[in-house]
Amino acid sequence: MALLEIRNVTRRFGDFIAVDGVSLSIGSGEFFTLLGPSGCGKTTLLRMIAGFDQPDAGQILIDGKDMAGVPPEDRDVHTVFQSYALFPHMTVAQNVAFPLRMGNRPPAEIGSRVREALEDVSLLGMEARYPNELSGGQRQRVALARSLINRPKLLLLDEPLAALDAKLKERMQLELITLQKEVGVTFIYVTHDQEEALALSHRIAVMNKGKVEQLDEPATVYGFPRNRFVADFIGECNILDCSVESVANGVADLDVEGLGRVTASGANGIAPGVKGALALRPEKVSIARELPADTCVNRFDGRVFDYLYTGDVTLYIVEVERGKRVEVMLPNNAVGRSSKFFEPGDAVQIGWRDDAGSFLSD
Amino acid sequence: MTPRAQKWLISGPPLVYLLIFFAIPTLIMGLASFRYAGELGGLAPLTSGDPDELAGFTLESYQRFFSDLIYAQLFFKSFIYATVTTLLCLLLAYPLALTISRSPKKYRDLLVLLVILPFWSNFLIRIYAWMIILGPQSAFSKLFNGAIGIFGVEPLPLLFSPFAVLVGLVYVHLPFMVLPLYANLEKHDPTLLDAAQDLGAGAWKRFWRVTFPLSLPGVYAGAALVFIPALGIFAIPDLLGGTDSILIGNVIKQQFLDARDWPFGGVLSIVLTLLAILFAGLAAWVARGQRY
Repeated sequence: MALLEIRNVTRRFGDFIAVDGVSLSIGSGEFFTLLGPSGCGKTTLLRMIAGFDQPDAGQILIDGKDMAGVPPEDRDVHTVFQSYALFPHMTVAQNVAFPLRMGNRPPAEIGSRVREALEDVSLLGMEARYPNELSGGQRQRVALARSLINRPKLLLLDEPLAALDAKLKERMQLELITLQKEVGVTFIYVTHDQEEALALSHRIAVMNKGKVEQLDEPATVYGFPRNRFVADFIGECNILDCSVESVANGVADLDVEGLGRVTASGANGIAPGVKGALALRPEKVSIARELPADTCVNRFDGRVFDYLYTGDVTLYIVEVERGKRVEVMLPNNAVGRSSKFFEPGDAVQIGWRDDAGSFLSD
Repeated sequence: MTPRAQKWLISGPPLVYLLIFFAIPTLIMGLASFRYAGELGGLAPLTSGDPDELAGFTLESYQRFFSDLIYAQLFFKSFIYATVTTLLCLLLAYPLALTISRSPKKYRDLLVLLVILPFWSNFLIRIYAWMIILGPQSAFSKLFNGAIGIFGVEPLPLLFSPFAVLVGLVYVHLPFMVLPLYANLEKHDPTLLDAAQDLGAGAWKRFWRVTFPLSLPGVYAGAALVFIPALGIFAIPDLLGGTDSILIGNVIKQQFLDARDWPFGGVLSIVLTLLAILFAGLAAWVARGQRY
């Protein structure tokens, strides 16, 4: 029995369907992420798991028990809010002790457990401070300590790192992974940041317009996106319109508009003539003035049209003979002062393996 | 214009106002309390050619104040009335302010307007209205006395009683408690209550441990705005109260308008002013620790 079961849950606000028949199963100890753009329903779903909202249809079961009609204070689920929601009139210690006081634990026990909780998040010594005397990262840790102190079955996190700057965000991400492993609590994380989702999660549910588009491990979601939305939302991806010429043994021959004949991986049983898209990750494309002879089944000539330099890598936009523009990613490991290998206008060859791209049916 | 000059330009007029209409009159009152009463009322002159006429400065009004216990008793009675009024206002205003602050935004302004609406009519007329409502001929009186008559209790006069005075005091001061409370409660972050609920707090605990502590600045402001005026009020005990409802405000009024003993009235006024400053200072001192 999974720890959290979401069965066919729907939530409507007037005519707008926020969550559309979503079913999920989340196991104990998982770091599970709901990923999607604003308005996709991930926060609404999170609120229903917490108990702040009730589904219009479907069931939510925690440890096998139906949560219909169970208010938030009676659920063994805690939430870390995006704004942290620390009580401004209480010290750090009082904030962290709050759930234990609501549970009427004896004062001696509260004292020692608060100390442990603060130790877990590396905030020992801050007991007497007030929230307005803390930095953003410290407030975040107090919110985490407060929600984890009585080891709930589920911890829900609503974009908790959104308000932090890039460096701090990175550090907190690593800390979150470590914390989750140490504490063993099941985390359900909501974010629109796909890099964050890939870094933190055991599994990701990619959501769009109230539905789950794909539910898989990060590598699978990234490497084998199931449709255009997922391919486009996660990372950089070339999504090129095409039609199927033939499919056999998981290998598809595609006719790609503006490019030509491409061999890619594809599901068996797709009939010839079916239209769809070729999903090709820029980092899987090789680029050189002349590609070595026996490599890259798929190869095309073209010219560098433009580039995007981001320090560690450069994204080259190559316009091939037939007119299509393909993004190619190359690490900037050049020796010497020049930052990139190619300039706009350079004649180049691009190529990739037969299983580098995948076919997405529409 | 330099920033300094700008500062004076902005703070100047209110300072001048306070000087002319508060500081100087208080000083005049203070000086008057040390003088003799005039023969036909008012103040005796500071100097006089006539050796029989009282003139100059004296402590006799202060001696009178401290020698008779009744004045201390009057101050104490006013203190009790003001305290009870403040507590009743708090008990009635808090649910009202809370309800308004939690109403949908589009209704809030209208509800606040309804609270302020009585101010659009004259203060005394509102007190007269209570005289009618609590008078022996009123529907309310008849209903009340009929109800207690069922239990065999003699009819009670509602008007000209401490009860009527309290009703008047609470009625008049209620908006002064509602508005600061509402202004404070309206700013509360609703996510804090979500967080408290999420962490196991039921409705009462959410109120008592989150909402109420955060509303204390509003409570102190409202309490000050009710207690201090209520301490010195005289119109309400005058109109609604019986002979046992004389408060310090009434006595002060009597000294100036009836007995025409201005120095003694000055003494009472100075003592009242000092008490008001004391309580205001107390409220500020208690509220000083607020961090948020």
